[in-house]
Amino acid sequence: MPILKVEAVTKRFGGLEALRDVTFSLYDGQIKALIGPNGAGKTTLFNLMSGMDRPTAGHIYFGGKDIGRLAPHQASRLGVGRTFQHSKVFDDLSVLDNVKVGRHAKSTAGLLSAFFTLPRHRRDERSISEHAYHALRRVGLEAKAEEPAGGLPMGERHVLEIARALATEPRVLLLDEPAAGLNNEETDQLAESVRRIRDQGITVLLVEHDMGFVMDISDEVVVLDYGRKIAEGPPLMIQNDEEVIRAYLGEDLN
Amino acid sequence: MVAFLRRHVAFLAFAVVMMGLPFFTSNTYYLSVLAFTATRLMTSLGLNLLMGQAGQISLGHAAFVGMGAYGSAILTTRFGMNPWLAMVVAAVVAAVVAGIIGIPTTKLKGHYLAMATLGFGEIVLILLIQVKSITKGTDGITGIPSLAIGNLVFTQYNPRAMHLLLWGVALLMLRMSLNLADSRVGRALKGLHRAEVAATSLGVDATFHKVQAFMISAVFASIAGSFTAHYVQYISPGSFTLTFSVLLVTGVVIGGLGSIWGAVWGTLVMMILPEYLKQYEDATNLVFGILVIVIMIFLPGGLVSLGSALGKLRTRVGGRDRRAADTSDPGSLEGNARRPGGAA
Ligand SMILES: Nc1ncnc2c1ncn2[C@@H]1O[C@H](COP(=O)(O)OP(=O)(O)OP(=O)(O)O)[C@@H](O)[C@H]1O
Ligand SMILES: [Mg+2]
Repeated sequence: MPILKVEAVTKRFGGLEALRDVTFSLYDGQIKALIGPNGAGKTTLFNLMSGMDRPTAGHIYFGGKDIGRLAPHQASRLGVGRTFQHSKVFDDLSVLDNVKVGRHAKSTAGLLSAFFTLPRHRRDERSISEHAYHALRRVGLEAKAEEPAGGLPMGERHVLEIARALATEPRVLLLDEPAAGLNNEETDQLAESVRRIRDQGITVLLVEHDMGFVMDISDEVVVLDYGRKIAEGPPLMIQNDEEVIRAYLGEDLN
Repeated sequence: MVAFLRRHVAFLAFAVVMMGLPFFTSNTYYLSVLAFTATRLMTSLGLNLLMGQAGQISLGHAAFVGMGAYGSAILTTRFGMNPWLAMVVAAVVAAVVAGIIGIPTTKLKGHYLAMATLGFGEIVLILLIQVKSITKGTDGITGIPSLAIGNLVFTQYNPRAMHLLLWGVALLMLRMSLNLADSRVGRALKGLHRAEVAATSLGVDATFHKVQAFMISAVFASIAGSFTAHYVQYISPGSFTLTFSVLLVTGVVIGGLGSIWGAVWGTLVMMILPEYLKQYEDATNLVFGILVIVIMIFLPGGLVSLGSALGKLRTRVGGRDRRAADTSDPGSLEGNARRPGGAA
C-alpha cells in the first residue's frame, strides 16, 4: 500500500486550473521527484498535501486517511513534513530555536508549566534541545546552532528548514526546490543528506529544477505540465520521454 | 549558581531596585507614581506578549483593564465579595470574553484586527457608561474597599506596603513573561509571528495559541485594573477610553516589541517622564508627544535597542563600520535559482 496517494486531484484558482486530475502514489522508503516547468502546479500540490490549501476535487490519502481537508498543523502531526520554496525561516530566532519549534507537537508543556518553569517544562526543554541538536546534526548544521537564522546564506536556510521538518519526526518529507542557490559541492552534500534521511525510514517527495540532482537521487519521477501529469517512471525513462522533452522545449535533461 | 546568576542578573537587579525603593523614600507622591507604574507594567507585559511575541495588535485593551476594575468594584461594593476573590472572578470573566472575541478576531490581520479590537473597546466603554443600573454610568463607583491580608490593609496611607504588593505582583508577572518567552509556547508564538505557515507546518495550532495569548494579555490587564480600583477606591468610565488603549500600545511600542524588557522600559518612560515634564505645564503633552516621536524615529527597535544602537554609533564614529561585512544575507532570495525555460 502506498504511504501517500494523490487521487484525481484538481485545484482551481478562479478560472485558472493549477492542477487537473492528477493521480500518483508515493511508496514507503522512496525518493520521488516532482518536476515540471514554472507554473506547472508543483508547489500547489505540496500545499494541498500539507493542509495549506484544499483540493477543488479529488482526494489525498496519507496512510489510508484522507488528509485533503485537514489544517496544516494536523497534517504535520500525522507525519507530513515540508520545506518551502521561498525561505520561511524565523529570521531573528537562532538556528537552534528554529528547529526547536519543530518539536512543538512532540512536547506538551503548556502555559502554566512555562510561566512557573514547572518540572514538566524543564523535562520538555531538555528533550526539545536534544532532539533539535540531533536534527541539526542530521543535516550538518550543528556548528551554526547559536547563530541567528536570518544570517544564513540561502542554501543553508533550506537545509535549516529540512532540519526543522525532521524535528517533527515526519513519515513523509516534502522538499520544495531544496537545491536552489546551492553550488555543486553543496548540492552533492544535500543529495547525501536526502539519501541518509531516506535510509532512516522517511519517504521523500521533492520538487527540483536541477535535473542532474533529480536524475541522480530519485527512484521515480512524476512530471507535471500545466497542471496535468504527463509522465511518471524511473529517471532513465523520463529522460527519454517524448512529451517530457517537448514540455521542457529541448532543455537538456541529461 | 554562577550560570543561574548570569541568566537572571537583569531580573534580579531590577527586582532588588524596585522592591528597595520604598526604603529610600517615603515621599507619598513618588510612591503613588510608582504604584501606578506597577499596575501599568502588568498591562504592558500582557500587551507585549500579545504584540511582541504573538504579533497581534489590540487597540481595545483598555476594555480589559476596565473589566478588571469594574468587576472588582461591582463584586465588592454590591455583593460584598472578598476583594481577592473578586479580582480572580473578574480575571476569569476577562479571559472568557477574550476567548470569545478572540476566536473570530485573531483570524484577522493588520488593520482589520486593529479595527476589530478598537470596536470591541468602544462597545465595552459604551456599556460602562450606559448600563447605569450596574455601573452607575459616568458618576463612577465609589467606596471600593481596600485589599487586605489579615490586619495588613493596603491603602494609599500605607504606601510602603502598597508598593511592595503591587511591585511584587508586577515583578512576578515579569518573571512569568520572561519564562514564557523561553519556552515551547513562547517559541510557538514567535514562530507564528515570524512566518505563520511555517509554524503551522511544524505542528503549531495557530488559532489555539493566538487566542490563548489574547486571553493571557486580557488577564494581565484585568488584574491591573482590579489593583487600580482597590488602590484608588474610585473608578469611572473616563479611565478606559480609546486614548488609554492607544497609550498602552504606545508604551510597549516605544519600549520595544523585540524583548520582554521593552514592556519595562516603555512603561517606566510612559509613567515617569510625564511627571518629570510637568514643569513645562501646558506644554507637557506637546513635549511628551515630541519625545515619543523622536524615540520612534531614532530607535525603531524601541528603547531596549538603545544599547546596540549606541554601539553601532560608536563603531561608525570610530570609522570601523562593519556593516559591509554583514551583507551575507541576499536581498533577493529567488534571483539565484536555476530555472528551465519552457512553460512561459
Ligand atoms: N493562491 C493562488 N492563487 C491564484 N493562483 C495561484 C495560486 N497559487 C498558485 N497559483 C497559480 O497556479 C499555477 C501553479 O503554481 P505553482 O506555484 O504550483 O507552480 P510551480 O510548479 O510550483 O512553479 P515554480 O517552478 O515556478 O515554483 C501558477 O499559474 C500560479 O500562478
Ligand atoms: Mg513552486
